[in-house]
Amino acid sequence: MPKPDPRPESIALLERLVAALAARGIVSEEEIAAKRAATERASPQIGARMVARAWIDPAFRALLLADGSRAASLFGADMRGQPPLGVLEDRPGLHHLVVCTLCSCYPRAVLGYPPAWYKSQAYRARAVRDPRRVLAEWGTVLPPDVQVRVVDSTAEYRWMVLPLRPAGTEGWEEAQLASLITAETLVGVRLPQPGPALPA
Amino acid sequence: MAQSEPPPPYHHDLGGAARFRCTPIEPDDPPLSDFDRRVDALRALLRQKGLITTDEQRLAIESLPPEAYDGLTYYEKWLRAIVAVLLARGVIGWEDLA
Repeated sequence: MPKPDPRPESIALLERLVAALAARGIVSEEEIAAKRAATERASPQIGARMVARAWIDPAFRALLLADGSRAASLFGADMRGQPPLGVLEDRPGLHHLVVCTLCSCYPRAVLGYPPAWYKSQAYRARAVRDPRRVLAEWGTVLPPDVQVRVVDSTAEYRWMVLPLRPAGTEGWEEAQLASLITAETLVGVRLPQPGPALPA
Repeated sequence: MAQSEPPPPYHHDLGGAARFRCTPIEPDDPPLSDFDRRVDALRALLRQKGLITTDEQRLAIESLPPEAYDGLTYYEKWLRAIVAVLLARGVIGWEDLA
């Protein structure tokens, strides 16, 4: 289903609101543009680099699991005003999946804007009820003896997944490893796949 | 419709909601529109300036009638919520929106 466009009346309402706020000196177009640019600097690449570092640096891994917010700020994520970031460590036999059943809480500072599917009513409803079938829709089929733990992100606490490092990536550089990580692997709907080794 | 289980207490409380049991998840992530990005940035600025809290925004979205909750786009809901909070706080008046 393509994303529906906002209705013309919604666009008009936004412009009237912005004009009213500008007339009162509360918000300017320049501030909106600057905030938008700052928001767009956050992307799953930040989370990807954190995971890659954790795979090769045990000290950073320990920090990431103990204090995700501080670990994220070391990678340039702007954590001011953000709820704490929790990191869920996948282990052999344990897989994590993150959802926000009530709306769309998402660790935006390290993953960027939440994807459309994460905000969808179907994902929010089904992730907690039928996670294995949800995962299978992304082609992620876990053996029955792997436990799936579903974690609800909230307004007070945001979660991302630290996946298992895939076999076949021994000796890879940090940037190569980071290239395996996407928003989908950081939420837990996909596992990182080594694929063909990248040229070193 | 499964009669054996009670409905979720509120319309937005979708965790486990049976009516989506057979709804596939669209894995696409189409790019946000200019409108979406402007609403997102405006909300962030207003929060930074202390004119809206996450909880006020959330309550306003959760208070939308079910038809609006299901029918509006994600950022249309945000915009409705921002307007409702700013009106309730007296930051803007109805005349601003006429």
